[in-house]
Amino acid sequence: MNNGKHGERGTIRLKTGLAEMLKGGVIMDVTTPEQAKIAEDAGACAVMALERVPADIRAAGGVARMADPTIVKRIMEVVSIPVMAKARIGHFVEARILEALGVDYIDESEVLTPADDRYHIDKQKFTVPFVCGCRNLGEALRRIAEGAAMIRTKGEPGTGNVVEAVRHCRMVMDEIRMLCALPEAEVPNFAKECGAPLELCYIVREQGRLPVVNFAAGGIATPADAALMMQLGCDGVFVGSGIFKSGDPAKRAKAIVQAVTNYKDYALLAEISRDLGEPMVGIEISQIPEEQRMQERGW
Amino acid sequence: MTAAKNPLVGVLALQGAFREHVAALARLGAATREVRQLRDMAGIDTMVIPGGESTTMGKLLTDLEMLEPLRARISGGMPVYGSCAGLILLCRSIEGSEQPRLGVLDAVVRRNAFGRQVDSFEADLTIPELGAEPLPAVFIRAPVILSTGPEVRVLARVEMDGAERAVAVRQGRILATSFHPELTPDTRFHRYFLDICRGAA
Repeated sequence: MNNGKHGERGTIRLKTGLAEMLKGGVIMDVTTPEQAKIAEDAGACAVMALERVPADIRAAGGVARMADPTIVKRIMEVVSIPVMAKARIGHFVEARILEALGVDYIDESEVLTPADDRYHIDKQKFTVPFVCGCRNLGEALRRIAEGAAMIRTKGEPGTGNVVEAVRHCRMVMDEIRMLCALPEAEVPNFAKECGAPLELCYIVREQGRLPVVNFAAGGIATPADAALMMQLGCDGVFVGSGIFKSGDPAKRAKAIVQAVTNYKDYALLAEISRDLGEPMVGIEISQIPEEQRMQERGW
Repeated sequence: MTAAKNPLVGVLALQGAFREHVAALARLGAATREVRQLRDMAGIDTMVIPGGESTTMGKLLTDLEMLEPLRARISGGMPVYGSCAGLILLCRSIEGSEQPRLGVLDAVVRRNAFGRQVDSFEADLTIPELGAEPLPAVFIRAPVILSTGPEVRVLARVEMDGAERAVAVRQGRILATSFHPELTPDTRFHRYFLDICRGAA
């Protein structure tokens, strides 16, 4: 009676579709299978498999690269939720390796040391979908033009300081509102000034939003931080160092998951924010020398 | 329970693609409400459980003390439609998993049955209930139904490892798909569900 057959793979609808399924969820950085289990049990909608969380990458210095495939594989084996992994900006071979491993999403990430000082990965050629960071609308739309199926704010990773994520989120939202309000004849110049492809500017204008899911990332450390980013219009949050650099990761992870779902219920937020133990130690952005700010990476 | 003419459709909005279901239902003129807590369930006539992460949703349903009340409403005859993670949450048995579930659909489901994201695919399905024109179906890390009880009618199947597996089923007023009609412009599946809610299908 029915004749369904396996059809096309790696379509843009499948790539953006998985991001749609992650909405309203928390994607957590993990470095071991044990941490991955804690994240899954706390209700993470996906995990990011890493060798080191951003706070430790920042502390270690040097060149940060794709994680050892063994770490990624072991994490994929213990959880049933999607597993993401990071490749260096422009490093399409690292990305191909991660694709071959079977990761569900690749983060072309400024947390790692860029491998190309001019070009990002040509993401359209891949079957696996990509997420990329941005600080403004032009950067978001350039990444989408290259094939990113999901966008996140860059924030300032590994700081436990939400201010940069807020700044980047507000910047994207402000620029979308500005673009929507412009007379049509001024759109080409807007596209030129923010370095965004013109066709994507028209799509944003028509939809009143980015054409892909937009998560918050870079400095989220508390349930209140997560709820703040949701109220600013993000579709979900990445929590990097904020969970496993805190005193009680399981409890904090669960609280952040709840905060992202009920981000406007202050009584509930008050309840889940209690007795979470020590948060990660934060870093004031002005204390980070400019050349060590990860958000400046990417073009 | 009597069928409502213009049912208020609750869309479970704990996590996942609830916005797309709300949009699809709105295109058909249905009234919707996002359900994030138990109190949001008061007054809804029917429920849609979207795609997303079934483990995340199951945990939130448990923590927010919504699992039992929702199960009671469905057992009492409230129509429900679950896509992907929604299907998993509805099933009685989830292969190899003890995760929280509603368990109202007499079926055994396998999560991530086709593999990982690189194995996700699109396919056209012929579903007689929706007419002759094939339905575009989007399978994202999709589950399949391995076996069903006597009350369950299979609406669509796809081939997997040489066997035909159920990907759309109906058991009375419970409807479930392993694919995502909410990600395509085709609203026939949502219309079919609304017909079930109105007692017209």
